[in-house]
Amino acid sequence: MLKLENLSKVYRGGKKAVDDLNIEIKKGEFVAFIGTSGSGKTTALRMINRMIEPTSGKILINDEDVRKKNPVTLRRSIGYVIQQIGLMPHMTIRENITLVPRLLKWDKEKKEKAAEELIKLVNLPESYLDLYPTQLSGGQQQRIGVLRALAANQDLILMDEPFGALDPITRDTLQDLMKDLQQRLGKTVVFVTHDMDEAIKLADRICIMHDGKVVQYDTPDNILSNPANQFVKDFIGSHRLVQEKPSAKVVDDVMITPITISLEKSLDDAIHKMVKSRVDTLFVVDGNNILKGYLSVENITSERHRTSSVADAMDKDVFFVYNNSRLQDSVRRILRRNLKNIPVVDSDHRLVGLITRAHIVDIVYDTIWGDEAAEEVRNEASNE
Amino acid sequence: MGEFFTAAGDFLVNNKQEILVKTWEQFYISMSALLLGIIVAVPVGVLLSKTEKVAKVVMGITSVLQTLPSLAILALMIPILGVGKIPAIVALFIYTLLPILNNTFIGMQSVNKDLRGAGMSMGMTKLQSIYLVEFPLAIPVIMAGIRLSAVYAVSWATLASYIGAGGLGDFIFNGLNLYQPEFIIGGAVFVTILALLIDFILSKVEKIATPKGLRVER
Repeated sequence: MLKLENLSKVYRGGKKAVDDLNIEIKKGEFVAFIGTSGSGKTTALRMINRMIEPTSGKILINDEDVRKKNPVTLRRSIGYVIQQIGLMPHMTIRENITLVPRLLKWDKEKKEKAAEELIKLVNLPESYLDLYPTQLSGGQQQRIGVLRALAANQDLILMDEPFGALDPITRDTLQDLMKDLQQRLGKTVVFVTHDMDEAIKLADRICIMHDGKVVQYDTPDNILSNPANQFVKDFIGSHRLVQEKPSAKVVDDVMITPITISLEKSLDDAIHKMVKSRVDTLFVVDGNNILKGYLSVENITSERHRTSSVADAMDKDVFFVYNNSRLQDSVRRILRRNLKNIPVVDSDHRLVGLITRAHIVDIVYDTIWGDEAAEEVRNEASNE
Repeated sequence: MGEFFTAAGDFLVNNKQEILVKTWEQFYISMSALLLGIIVAVPVGVLLSKTEKVAKVVMGITSVLQTLPSLAILALMIPILGVGKIPAIVALFIYTLLPILNNTFIGMQSVNKDLRGAGMSMGMTKLQSIYLVEFPLAIPVIMAGIRLSAVYAVSWATLASYIGAGGLGDFIFNGLNLYQPEFIIGGAVFVTILALLIDFILSKVEKIATPKGLRVER
């Protein structure tokens, strides 16, 4: 899909921002460029859509040399998201989303339809289309920034530290959203960041850069288990290396079976089930075991005067992780959001398991005392 | 004090017809000059914002023009264009240029560079970047320049009377020549009222011209 060959950028005064970069990115891949400031990661990114012209070397998109294309046409075919968001303040959200389609002279109906379909992707109501950017929060604005990069069906999306200016919780939500969109729509994403957690979480492959050169280009797993040199080790940080224990790597290994209730049940059924199972939260699923929301004992007390149905009383805003995702990530999320637990779903959104705060204890224990000790404790516990 | 009001009343009653005509002339001269100024200075300002080197030279020249005494410019117009309204309009036009030019240039230059970059990265041509991004965002600043020029034009149009262009200046010059204070004060008051009125109308125009997204509450 995207190939950088012997790509170099030398600025006036002889500073080599990018030095002989050779990278290949496959279609549908999520690649993160990571490095300290001045490592050339942003320069490399900006050369792809010719915001910066390379000094030497080639960039091929689908085997076509980008320097043979008209830069304006090229940029319209590549999505671009920046840290500063850069929504046009004098345009409505609708106009902002459909800016590239407008440049491509789509007809009004097609633009309209695109805007309405797109805004659903980022879980914002359609009424937001008529608001102006200043009326939205930073996180909401960047959702629109992401949509703007998708609006004309661009296959390749470039992102320059897109979530760097957001608060941690919003950033986390947007990372999930971006990863989900990228997988669902099959986009190829090149993502610049200086946050290793972000790179590990999102990227299929990470390209670690230093002084304009690639130090290591590999999957997060391989980088964490086999860092190429001391620089990489220092960069990813020893705490991450230790944390990457081969045991209990994905959520599936530790998750438990959650207590569920189906949508059409009544609140009476729900409270009986809670009492019987000794839990304070039930996960609400439909007939196909698809996760719809959760119902806590607080929900029941506050909603029972209003309704008697689980479907009405439940909280639809439920955080979840996909199966096969890293346990590390889920734990970080539990801590950061102060959640009691996180349901695990498969790719069809079917509820398959549950990660609880108890797992955090295991992880911390593992990290400090190692696997064997943890194993012993668990055995003791089960013997009792 | 009573005498003053009687004199003012007499002035209004005796010159009813003339006041309307002169105010209209004042309005006509100043607004023609302003309109020409907008037609020339806004596009030039937009172009200048794209060529910084030329901009410095042009802005320098207009600044110098601005410092010339207005009476001198009016007098200089006589050998070129004779007397009457046309030379007055041309002279005032020169004065309206700088504030509009300056503000257009600054307005265009001060558009957030991230927004310009965002436009470029989405594949806008330079022209599209100007009319889709930079110009709409510069409108409030440009309008401020136009309002400033409008007030200048209205008050300086008073001097146009000196080269036979008419306007409220006629009252003031007559008052000076004949030592009639009510004529001087009356003329000045109407100039001020006209200037304030035009500024008020332009403030409404500014509100309408400013893109809605820049006005919404946060």
